[in-house]
Amino acid sequence: MLKKHNYTGAELLTILSARQLTDGQVVFAGVGIPLLAATLAQRLRCPGLTILFEGGVIGAFIEPGKLPPSTNDQRCTKRANMVLGSAEVLLLLQRGYVDVGFMGGAQVDQYGNLNSSFIGDPARPKTRLPGTGGGNDIASLAQMIVAMKHEKRRFVEHVDFITSPGYLHGGDTRRASGLLAGGTFRVVTDLAVFGFEPDKRRMQVLSLNPGVAREELQDNTGFALDFSPHLGVTEPPTDQELELLRELDPDRLYTG
Amino acid sequence: MAETEGKPVGTAVRSYMELREELLRRDRSLRDKVVSLEEATSFVRDGDSVGIGGSTMSRTPMGMIWALIRAGRKRLTCSRSIVSSDGDLLFASAACDHMVTSWFSQGILWGVSKVMRHHVESGKARYDEWSHMAMGMRFRAGAMGLPFMPIRSMLGSDVRKQRPEAIEMACPFTGEKLLLVPALNPDVALIHVQRCDPYGNAQIDGLQFMDIDLAMAATKVILTTERIVSNDQIRRAPDQTKIPFFAVDAVVELPFGCAPHECYGVYEPMLRHMEDYVALVNDDPVKGMQQYMERYVYGPKSWSEFLALIGIEELLEAARAGESIYDA
Repeated sequence: MLKKHNYTGAELLTILSARQLTDGQVVFAGVGIPLLAATLAQRLRCPGLTILFEGGVIGAFIEPGKLPPSTNDQRCTKRANMVLGSAEVLLLLQRGYVDVGFMGGAQVDQYGNLNSSFIGDPARPKTRLPGTGGGNDIASLAQMIVAMKHEKRRFVEHVDFITSPGYLHGGDTRRASGLLAGGTFRVVTDLAVFGFEPDKRRMQVLSLNPGVAREELQDNTGFALDFSPHLGVTEPPTDQELELLRELDPDRLYTG
Repeated sequence: MAETEGKPVGTAVRSYMELREELLRRDRSLRDKVVSLEEATSFVRDGDSVGIGGSTMSRTPMGMIWALIRAGRKRLTCSRSIVSSDGDLLFASAACDHMVTSWFSQGILWGVSKVMRHHVESGKARYDEWSHMAMGMRFRAGAMGLPFMPIRSMLGSDVRKQRPEAIEMACPFTGEKLLLVPALNPDVALIHVQRCDPYGNAQIDGLQFMDIDLAMAATKVILTTERIVSNDQIRRAPDQTKIPFFAVDAVVELPFGCAPHECYGVYEPMLRHMEDYVALVNDDPVKGMQQYMERYVYGPKSWSEFLALIGIEELLEAARAGESIYDA
């Protein structure tokens, strides 16, 4: 489907994610596409965007072609304003300094909950995944943007395990659990951009990516989709966006 | 001692007075603590809880872990902010059968560690998952001499449901729900630093992760260091000292002590070695791991011999990249 375009699914995903950010925001980014997208936004339109990493970095300014292999490597500190302890930077989420948490996920459900811990029954897991890292903290304490590849097995009605909370079981359940702030704001995939309906807190399609039909999106999703009454079509990546992204990740570490 | 079962961490909070008595018994004088890597292994006993410094592939005390595996340590409960291939080695050697951390794989570049999966899914070893901030607050509580810290994350999630040792409470001031995470006071902390003096005054450049809390929480601290410097040099810039000597029990000079991981400002990760390692062990987590351990852990006579196996070219390349962080 994407083959007729001059960009990969991962490039589209990164560019659409970058567009969700606005200048002046403080963004807590995971490694991979979130980091790449935040850096892209910073270079393209948002010079006043501040990137935080859970390794303990405020105001990262990643060098093109020198993407860090994790959020805890020295490359994350290049031209940063401050390095600090991991607990200290995570506590900035709790204090409320962070506008947007930005991460990927292995599995997401209709309420924006993410699973990166177990596939199958946690007591006897089919697959033990790496776990939360700072994901649970980011999702618990900030507005969150999730960037992930769109596959039916990744877009499920209920995740096997809630690692990083979205709206839990919908409605007021997130707040009732003690999570007073934050919540999943956007889910960005290579097929569409999603928001959440304000009452039920269920996922809703905001715009379809270029060349994607409603039926195709539904076929690739494990639950019945709601479409926004103002459903739009995503603007395709511009040459400028693609050029800069390829400069940032010339080895296609994360956008291949 | 509370370690009758040998597994106090993660199941209970250590008694405050017992922790204080252990500190009182420590020789906290300004004295030379330099030992060899092999001698340092005697500070860790089978069944100990061991806190590991650094995070993911950064400032991992890899040489010390390597030495503990070679010394045949068993049944360790290890805790770390984020675990990388250090966890693979600890599980595969059976030195550790219980990992307490927030994330456990080789690195985000390589997907899910088949070695971790093999050990956890088969029940050979246990992986207790906490959020990253919860790990930090557990070490922080341990460092503060308090039994717990309240946090606002993990609530409502299944990560929290898996951890009955964390307790929800209503805040006595506001009535809001909070999660109390228990203090983590490891028996021993393993921490690698860029430089320290023979007494253990340690300077850490760049990212410090949770190492300061970990050092202050632990009952014993083993430092490995790229370089031992004089106490005079430390006293010229005391603001750079991050761990005070009286928290430290052993000092080992170990250049490239994090290899194949990175040490801030000194070397970046040796990614070719890591990629070869990942390809080997994720292809067959049992046989591949055995092969790796025989060649790189049990085979070499010394840490220098291990470094030679990684290869001078890769070490130099990693060192050039490491120092480049200070380029304008």
